[in-house]
Amino acid sequence: MKKQTIFDRLRRWDESEFDLTDALPLEEPVRRIEPDLDRDALPPIPRLEHGGVRTFRRLYPWMAGLLALVLVGFLLLAVLELPAFGSADAPAHNEVMARYVGQGTEETGAVNTVAGVILDYRAFDTLGESHVLFTAAAAVLILLLTATHVQEEPRRIRDIMERDPILRNTAKVLTPVILLFGFYVILNGHLGPGGGFAGGAIVGSGLILCAIAFGFERLERLLNYKSYCRILVCCLGFYSLAKCYSFYCGANGLETIFSAGTPGRILSAGLILPLNVAVGLVVGCTMYGFYAVFQRGRI
Amino acid sequence: MLLALWDHRIQAAAVLLFAVGFVTLLLHRNLLKKIIGLNIMDTAAYLFLTSVGYIAGRKPPIITGGDRDPASYVNPLPAGLVLTGIVVSVSVTALMLALTIRLYRRYHTLDLDQIYQMALGEQEEGK
Repeated sequence: MKKQTIFDRLRRWDESEFDLTDALPLEEPVRRIEPDLDRDALPPIPRLEHGGVRTFRRLYPWMAGLLALVLVGFLLLAVLELPAFGSADAPAHNEVMARYVGQGTEETGAVNTVAGVILDYRAFDTLGESHVLFTAAAAVLILLLTATHVQEEPRRIRDIMERDPILRNTAKVLTPVILLFGFYVILNGHLGPGGGFAGGAIVGSGLILCAIAFGFERLERLLNYKSYCRILVCCLGFYSLAKCYSFYCGANGLETIFSAGTPGRILSAGLILPLNVAVGLVVGCTMYGFYAVFQRGRI
Repeated sequence: MLLALWDHRIQAAAVLLFAVGFVTLLLHRNLLKKIIGLNIMDTAAYLFLTSVGYIAGRKPPIITGGDRDPASYVNPLPAGLVLTGIVVSVSVTALMLALTIRLYRRYHTLDLDQIYQMALGEQEEGK
């Protein structure tokens, strides 16, 4: 028998030999609001198979490949013109970098220059980025979370999870460690590699592991829809207000009440630590929220 | 030519990765595979940006030990830009997956051509 590759499996999945009702538990309640399309009742679908279209279909893969080759050729030629990989005299390493590395520690109080750049020098950028994440989370909720979808977690998936002792025991050991590490990365963001985004992703994956092993019901005590929305809005609101304050002070040459402190202490670097915590909570909750909405249709 | 390519090996790898993602995006009709292709293209962009920030033989930009000379650290700016890019890519991916789930619920297929034809049929019916 021919060995099955992942692509064969995906193809079989495409061809719906694989029972998709197992994979997508949301199907049943959906039919009520978006009735299943009756394919036979439709007027005959206009077949796009007359001459020109057929030629187009046949040529399309070749043209796509050719386009990709031309693109790669041009991009490689352009790459050859760039300064060599790892060279110190590339134009990207200009006075901006010298300022950030040379004086960042005094000006922002952050030992980790990247944290200083994204949460102090370029905090406006990161604010917009958090809002992109928030908007995406809101859009996903709007698309997938309509009141009629709400249903209990499918019996079958829950059974599989509750029957699996390996998963449960591994999760029992690993979840606290993962969450602790995530919080460490968030709180240590201004002192070393890490920060809100990385730590938030770790916390989110810990929550997802917890949800897979113990079911969403148990996690609901910690994080339900209400608290999810509250955390998201409070963190983003705090971020915006804090940054408004520091933009106002910076633009008018005023002293802020948040001093840079002694670089290297945990309570230093002014606003960077609280902002990291806010960003970490937003990212962690959003990661878990995406998973929950995709998996069972609600948080 | 080959020597020059070796000097730019990471950037060239990023370009090839970009092409892999681009071809995946173009050639597959399955919406999930198109999303995977787009994500590969994102990854290529991150690889390119981080390779721009790298300087051979220097330390990561964590200022410790009192050494504040810019000449001993790599460039921290591209790392910050990549961070922004990753978050935007995650958001866009989540949005695309949500839209795909909605399409699947409606048409019970992930094949873009079939979805298009069915949507066309519905339009005809509506007229």
